Order: sequence, then structure tokens, then C-alpha cells
Amino acid sequence: MSASTIIFYILAAITLGGAILAVTSPKIFRSAIYLLFSLIGIAGLYFWLNFEFIAAVQVVVYVGGIVVLIIFSIFLTQGSGSDMKDPVKIRSLFAGLAALCGYCLTYYVIQRTEFHPQLEQGPAEISVARIGEQMLSTTEHGYLLPFEVVSMLLLSAMIGCIVIAIKTRSIK
Amino acid sequence: MSDIGLGHFLIVSTMLFFIGIYGFMTRRNMITMLMSVELILNACNINFIAFNKFLFPNQLDGVFFTLFVIAIAAAEAAVAIAIIINLYRNRKSIDAEDADMMRL
Repeated sequence: MSASTIIFYILAAITLGGAILAVTSPKIFRSAIYLLFSLIGIAGLYFWLNFEFIAAVQVVVYVGGIVVLIIFSIFLTQGSGSDMKDPVKIRSLFAGLAALCGYCLTYYVIQRTEFHPQLEQGPAEISVARIGEQMLSTTEHGYLLPFEVVSMLLLSAMIGCIVIAIKTRSIK
Repeated sequence: MSDIGLGHFLIVSTMLFFIGIYGFMTRRNMITMLMSVELILNACNINFIAFNKFLFPNQLDGVFFTLFVIAIAAAEAAVAIAIIINLYRNRKSIDAEDADMMRL
């Protein structure tokens, strides 16, 4: 058992343990902090696979952006120290059963499937320059059109957020 | 990366996905449901990256799909939180059962 194997298992344990605690913790603020640990574990998995750029984006957008947004909305909407209402017992039982059945089915399919790696010629390293060139190229394997569509989506989402969350003055 | 293969990553992402499904079905608070959705999207991202690494190591398509999923998840979280804050202003509660203003 080599060191990288042990590191993989530690990262997977951080990710899954954080996720389980995030969906079961009765206090909402602790739940957000456990989600933070889970997302950092996922960024560690990307580092383990040598995708440094994706790991950096994961840390910046998820850990620095989305979790902070969630924590602010917790502060704006309710007391962070109080317990939430317990989930309905029968619903929790059936949800656990459904998740377990789905997991077993997917596990069975993964074990049965044979994957064939496609080793073609070409540069094997993932450099940021290569990602940038292919993302903004208009040739056959370029991703310029989805890039522009995502930029339009982000702009419209930003305007939509402002319009929805703005405080309208009540008419007297 | 000696004995860790594609199957290990797929199993981790499957477990993360179904943990998210469990949380989405059991939680009653809208913010925690949103957190479960983030877990589900992250499981999908792990799948894209693992397939790119182990099956197509010379191409970059998994990286692009992951970047787009992250961008769309950020937009979705922002819009959802705006809706939740507006709902809290009107109802003083963010339980999913209290959001019945569109019912006839």
C-alpha cells in the first residue's frame, strides 16, 4: 500500500464524512461548515489527480463563494445556533432505503462495466495554457460558444438575483 | 497512483451522489436542501474529471464540462438564495412546507 493510496483514502474519507455530517447535522451552521470540509476534500481529490487548475477553481468558487453565500443567507434568515426541526421519521427511513437501493444498483453496474482507456497521441499534461487556448478557440474542438452562453447565463442570473432580492418599498 | 483506478473514483462519487439524494429528501429547510444539491453537482464533477483522467488522458473535454458545471452551480446557488431571502421576508420561515404561496 503506497503513500498515494493512503492519501486517496484519507481524502475520500474527509469528503464522504463531511457530506454525511452535512446532511444529518441538526444545527444548520454546523451543517454548512461540514459542507465546507467536504468541498475541500473534493478539491484534494482533484489535486491527487494532477488537475491543479480545477482544484483551484473548486476552492475559489465553492469554498470561497458558494459556502460564504450560504453562511450569509443563514445569518440573514434564521438564528444559527438553534436546532432545526427533526425530519419526519418515516420519510427519513424511506429516503435512506431509496438511497441505499440506488447505490447498490449503481455499484452493480460499475462492477459489471469494462472501461477501455483510449490512449491516443498528443500531449498528456494538462497545462493552463492549453485549457485557455482550447476554451477560446473556434476550431473543431473549441469551446467558445458554450463559454459565451455561460457568460450570458451569469449576467442574466446576476440581474435576476438583484431584481428578486431587492427590497420593494411598500405602497401606502 | 498505483492501485487506485477509475472504479474507486466512481464509487466515491456514487456515494456522494446518494448522500446528497438522502439529504434532499429528508431535509425540510430550504438552505440545507440547496447544500444537498451542491453535493450532487460535485459528485457529477468528480465523475467528469475521473473519466477524463483515466479514459481520455490526452483530451480536455472533462475539464471544460467541469468548469461549466461549476459556473452554472454558482448561478443556481445565487438565484436560489435570492428567492429564499425574498420568501423569508414574506413568510418569516424557509421551510419547504411553508412555501405554498402559489397554491390556489
